[in-house]
Amino acid sequence: MLAVEGLCKRFGGFLAVNEVSFDLRAGEILGLIGPNGSGKSTTFNLIAGNLRPSAGSIRFDGREIGGLAAHAICHLGIGRTFQIPRPFRKLSLLENVTVAAYHGAGGKISRAEAQHRAETALEMVGLPVSSSVQTNGMGAAALKKLELARALATKPRLLLADESLGGLDREEMEHAAEVLDDIRNRLGITIIWVEHIMGVLMRIVDRVIVLDHGEKIFEGKPAQAAVDPRVTEVYLGKART
Amino acid sequence: MDIYLLEAVINGILLGGVLALLALGLNLIFGVVDVIWIAYADIVMCAMYAIYFLYTGLSVPLPLAFLIAIIGAASLGVLVHLLIIAPVLNSAPLNQLLATGGLLFFLQSFATLLFGTDFRNIGVRLPVLEFATIYVSFARLIAFAVGLIGAIALYGFLKWTYLGIAIRALAQDRDIVGLMGVDPRRIYLVVSAIGGGLAGLAACLLALQYDVHPFIGNTFGPVIFMICVLGGLGNMIGGFVASFIISQIIAIGGYYSSTELSYVLAFTFFIVLMFIRPRGLFAR
Repeated sequence: MLAVEGLCKRFGGFLAVNEVSFDLRAGEILGLIGPNGSGKSTTFNLIAGNLRPSAGSIRFDGREIGGLAAHAICHLGIGRTFQIPRPFRKLSLLENVTVAAYHGAGGKISRAEAQHRAETALEMVGLPVSSSVQTNGMGAAALKKLELARALATKPRLLLADESLGGLDREEMEHAAEVLDDIRNRLGITIIWVEHIMGVLMRIVDRVIVLDHGEKIFEGKPAQAAVDPRVTEVYLGKART
Repeated sequence: MDIYLLEAVINGILLGGVLALLALGLNLIFGVVDVIWIAYADIVMCAMYAIYFLYTGLSVPLPLAFLIAIIGAASLGVLVHLLIIAPVLNSAPLNQLLATGGLLFFLQSFATLLFGTDFRNIGVRLPVLEFATIYVSFARLIAFAVGLIGAIALYGFLKWTYLGIAIRALAQDRDIVGLMGVDPRRIYLVVSAIGGGLAGLAACLLALQYDVHPFIGNTFGPVIFMICVLGGLGNMIGGFVASFIISQIIAIGGYYSSTELSYVLAFTFFIVLMFIRPRGLFAR
């Protein structure tokens, strides 16, 4: 469904993503891990259209999407969440999600349908469906769920989930991981999951890619990653498994 | 209360309606596009000329002339965005100010060249109403009503339509709205059209009370900026309230002294407040 080939992103003289290639099959959950600054979020930004690739190609369902505007990529069916939640604080919780539902569908759906999609997305992640809830005062865990709900409301076929677990406690982490698993199993949405906490991720993903300094150093089953010498070297002293 | 003072207060409220309309338009554009349209009041001037020539020159019925002026001003807003704002959208704020400031001189000079510096009036005299010995200009009453309706309509649009919600979302975080499927360029065009349309609407109201000349924008421009800054740039409700505060200072000041001095008073009040509340009256 997604084919990334020779993807590069240069910021001045700094090569943030260096010749990264991978394929993604429909219905898969792919883990994208690596230490801080390894290029995970940049890769997401390139796929979602927040950044323009310096080189390489990104094909979604056979169509080149590298360099397209973010809204166009959204309309094609790719949703993403942010590592640090970026809610629209002056909008209510429901407005945050309905705006994604309506415009994610290119404005081609009715108000009722947008409302319905927003409610479904909120229920899916376990947030209250109420027009009176404000985003101000929502905790870290709830804001992460909002990120997810907003992405789901655009009805993506591919979800890019960026560090959905950072800043959560054990129980919240387990719950968030279950939600991602549920999204794949029940909604059939393909997922790329970026995380630097490896534990929970390893149990759920089908396949894992490890990045280090912008380069892919490993691709394969989670169990193999745990014993791969390069991966353990990169994660030595950092792994919190 | 002195009956003349009451009259001044009422006229002040009515003046506030037009100022509020213009402050809303400028604030909307600033809040969303993040560029200050220095030449905003000169769009009003262009629309006033359009009304003048349509009505007196081509004998177009006044309501139709108004409608054409509003649509024309909205189109001018879109043109200004496409030709002047869009190329400098990611430039330094100073360059953006220079670009829209340049537009101000361009429009004023162009109007002088085309129409000369004559003061022109559409010659529509609306009656002055008398309520128990208080005189209220009918034109101002209409201006106030339209200003209020315009403000409420804009509020409703931003509050309840999905396009409006997207506009508010973009005003808060323009980098991520694309991920929600919102095309920022389209929103900028919509907002520029609404801003231009509000300037056109204000032009209709002003044409009933004032002569049009190439520099009429200078009469309102600085006051509108002052109002927007006083209410907190980009803060729509703040700008709305500030319109009525400033119009009261102008009206009551004018009652106790002269109109010229009342503007001095208003700007003095503004400067003092900028020391006390530099981010606007309603900054949190």
